[in-house]
Amino acid sequence: MDMTGEHEIKAPRQVVWAALNDPEALKQSIDGVEELNKISDHEFEAQVVAKVGPVKAKFKGKITLSDLDPPNGYTITGEGQGGAAGFAKGGAKVQLADAPGGATTLRYQVHAQIGGKLAQIGSRLIDGAARKMAEEFFTAFSGVVEARAAAAPSATASETAPAPAAQPSAAVAQAGAPSAMPPKQGLPPAVWIGGIVVAAGVVVWLILR
Amino acid sequence: MPNDIATQTGIGARVKRKEDFRFLTGRGTYTDDINRPGQTYAYILRSPHAAADIVKIDASKAKAAPGVVAVFTGADYEKGGLPAGWQIHSKDGSPMIEPPHFPLCKDKVRHVGDQVALVCAETYAQARDAAELIEVDYKETTPIVNVGDADKAGAPQVWPEAKNNVCYDWHLGDKAATDAAFAKAAHVTKIDLVNQRLIPNAMEPRAAIGDFDRATGEFTLYTTSQNPHVIRLLMGAFVLQIPEAKLRVVAPDVGGGFGSKIFHYAEEALVTWAAGKIERPVKWTAERSESFLTDAHGRDHVSHAELALDKDGKFLGLRVSTKANMGAYLSTFAPCIPTYLYATLLAGVYTTPAIYCEVKALFTHTAVVDAYRGAGRPECTYLLERLVEKAARETGMDRVEIRRKNFIPVNAFPYQTPVALQYDSGDYFSTLDMALKMSDWAGFEKRKADAKARGKLRGIGISTYIEACGIAPSAVVGSLGARAGLYECGSIRVHPTGSVTVFTGSHSHGQGHETTFAQLVSEGLGISIENVEVSHGDTNKVPFGMGTYGSRSLAVGGSALVKAMDKVIAKSKKIAAHLLEASVADIEFKDGKFTVVGTDKSKTLGEIALAAYVPHNYPITELEPGLEETAFYDPLNFTFPGGTHVCEVEVDPETGVVQVVNFTAADDIGRVINPMIVEGQVHGGVAQGIGQALLEGAAYDAESGQLLTGSYMDYCMPRADNVPNIQVGNHATMCTHNPLGSKGVGEVGAIGSPPAVINAVLDALLPLGVKDITMPATPYKVWQAIQSAKKAAE
Repeated sequence: MDMTGEHEIKAPRQVVWAALNDPEALKQSIDGVEELNKISDHEFEAQVVAKVGPVKAKFKGKITLSDLDPPNGYTITGEGQGGAAGFAKGGAKVQLADAPGGATTLRYQVHAQIGGKLAQIGSRLIDGAARKMAEEFFTAFSGVVEARAAAAPSATASETAPAPAAQPSAAVAQAGAPSAMPPKQGLPPAVWIGGIVVAAGVVVWLILR
Repeated sequence: MPNDIATQTGIGARVKRKEDFRFLTGRGTYTDDINRPGQTYAYILRSPHAAADIVKIDASKAKAAPGVVAVFTGADYEKGGLPAGWQIHSKDGSPMIEPPHFPLCKDKVRHVGDQVALVCAETYAQARDAAELIEVDYKETTPIVNVGDADKAGAPQVWPEAKNNVCYDWHLGDKAATDAAFAKAAHVTKIDLVNQRLIPNAMEPRAAIGDFDRATGEFTLYTTSQNPHVIRLLMGAFVLQIPEAKLRVVAPDVGGGFGSKIFHYAEEALVTWAAGKIERPVKWTAERSESFLTDAHGRDHVSHAELALDKDGKFLGLRVSTKANMGAYLSTFAPCIPTYLYATLLAGVYTTPAIYCEVKALFTHTAVVDAYRGAGRPECTYLLERLVEKAARETGMDRVEIRRKNFIPVNAFPYQTPVALQYDSGDYFSTLDMALKMSDWAGFEKRKADAKARGKLRGIGISTYIEACGIAPSAVVGSLGARAGLYECGSIRVHPTGSVTVFTGSHSHGQGHETTFAQLVSEGLGISIENVEVSHGDTNKVPFGMGTYGSRSLAVGGSALVKAMDKVIAKSKKIAAHLLEASVADIEFKDGKFTVVGTDKSKTLGEIALAAYVPHNYPITELEPGLEETAFYDPLNFTFPGGTHVCEVEVDPETGVVQVVNFTAADDIGRVINPMIVEGQVHGGVAQGIGQALLEGAAYDAESGQLLTGSYMDYCMPRADNVPNIQVGNHATMCTHNPLGSKGVGEVGAIGSPPAVINAVLDALLPLGVKDITMPATPYKVWQAIQSAKKAAE
């Protein structure tokens, strides 16, 4: 499965970058992220629960970051194990660029694979499901980021973003990570990517079972 | 009375199927209907990856889960692997590569769905839940999926011992003579074809129950099999080392097989083995998803073929090169399908004097591929009939005339082909004429014009086919690499009061044997059909059997019953002679009575049976009491059904939807016992052929090896509105070497129909300039072909 997209967020690049590295912002943007734990500087574990009607399924995911280039972009790879449902894994390149009017353009290229029962019965549906979830994510994420940008106009003006840079540490602590994380290394950035792929898989799985 | 039998229920009568009452009222007993005391339920953890090393398996949590009786992995399994039943030798004389095929993977998984662990628990849900707790650490590797790429340099290797994934590189025919034929050809037609992979989809998924009797040490396997004795032989002797006397295999009612239930599957061995380990019965029933992943698939050939013609359109030579997908392992009969059931049929119904065929069998990271209705012969027929059709178009010859011109003449039988087989009988001209008449071929142009007025493109297609069935003479197949004899066994037990139980090794799983064989025996012994019961499917009841496949049940299994009846009649004559105080030579058996010639003194079979079981007045010094005879019949040759199929389609050029509007099958299947059952067999076969031509096709993701068509959402089976009213005609020439003259009908529909359908689709699209289309000709593909042709024409 390949998915590419571009989204404009009305906030400066530093703010977007910081939010992408903020588990709280991500949790607010993805429905069903239950846990987010750092297991090393560039590796995270996530647990995503997807619900369809009365049925719930849990995917455990592992996310690895590479090619970190704050605040311009990174590469992430993720893998989610859904037990009998099979697995979803993939990678994404994410780039942030300044857009006119102090906004930021976020571009992403996802390449993902699903396997096991999920692939067997859900391949035809997964693209649509993932696209829909990406849309939902961006709508929610833009809302969160734009709200922050509005609440911190000084950061927007200065473009140095001291305030957002401080946020991730606090957020990591909230999320249960044992130590504060150096913000420049990025947090669980692409939980959202892994999350989308995995959660889309879960949704398809639940619909089909 | 006896004459009533002949006309109402005997050979040639349209007797309603005896077994249908229980099937249609839900009273059949299928494997999943059977439950054994103390039974556990099995769930098989399967690989989600197409190719991976198993680094580590941790089953400790699963073993501790509620209700779990045992968890087994490859490391626990100490018995043998699943054997291949046929050995092919490559061109250079080397034997095929036969990698081990253990029922539980040991160090690697080789296709999605491969067996990784077996969980036995008190309930199915507990087994399934526990399987989720098994932690398997896989190290994924890159899979190879497409057979066309499998032997290319750098392709991922499935087995280290099979270099370039080649299982064997085989050939048949005279290469020099074929090259010489091409050298003098006036025209050469070339074609590249894919015969796509199909998934069999029997209505009843596979199931197996293993049972072990601690008191006697006897194992019983209940399984969805077309040939329980073959399973007993393969599993007992090769896999689990259980002597036949300690192993009973029961194949009760089986809901369709189409070849996919011939083979010995891992699950059968696993439940039997595990039952012995835990000393409790183990029951496994496939989910439909497992059937898609692990039933042996069919077809999957990539071929290039060339036909050499002289200036008059006579075929001079045929050259074929085929790559055949074996999947990740060798299934029971996989090696012989693309060789001796494929290349040997390349003469078809034609007099082509020189033929050369090369077949490369290749391993890939996919489910195994083996016999599926027709098995090799549909692949052959599709290739030939597409090629002949193309030759006619290229040379401007009439499509019917080019066939007629090259038919083997009626007076040429027995006819020796250049590819090993000798056809005993046939009359391809008569079935052709019959099909043309029944389909109103001559009136097609008018129907085409009518369709055009409605905005539809109408096309008509033809296929003249032959198949080899009645499988098979043991000595012949033995010399070709078969590791079994292919005779059949039948037994006639006349009970003391004159009713008869027929035991046959030909298992019935939808074919109607309980009716056909009852008709045969009822007429043969002159008793009413109600007094004949047919028993099959239990190795403790039926003396022996090689099973049902290759359209062999009547030609081989029926012939065994004829031989057994001959023995019953011979013994009965002796008893009658004693009772009637006459010489045996003077006893005549006719119309169900043993009569002293020229007198009215006679005895019925019932009277003779009673004398045999109550031998108060009996020739005890000459004859044993009782009246039961067993016969084995080993055929002298294959049988060769053939005929003509004509298909008419309408294509909607706006949507690409193909509707089959008429289908005619005029077949020569030898003697017919029950025309209604024959028609049903042809209808079913044609439906499957239409399925292959227009709808069905297994797809694996080339990158990941995941099965993309793993459910009915993505694998399209033919439904009622895809299948037209099928006209069935029969022009019989008798098989010359079996006592019934029957040839077999189970596969003809699936063999003859796909090229007829595709030729019809191409005929419809001809005005638009479309020259080729691959199966399945889905609306998307047809629409694309129309658009490309339009673009090319601009």
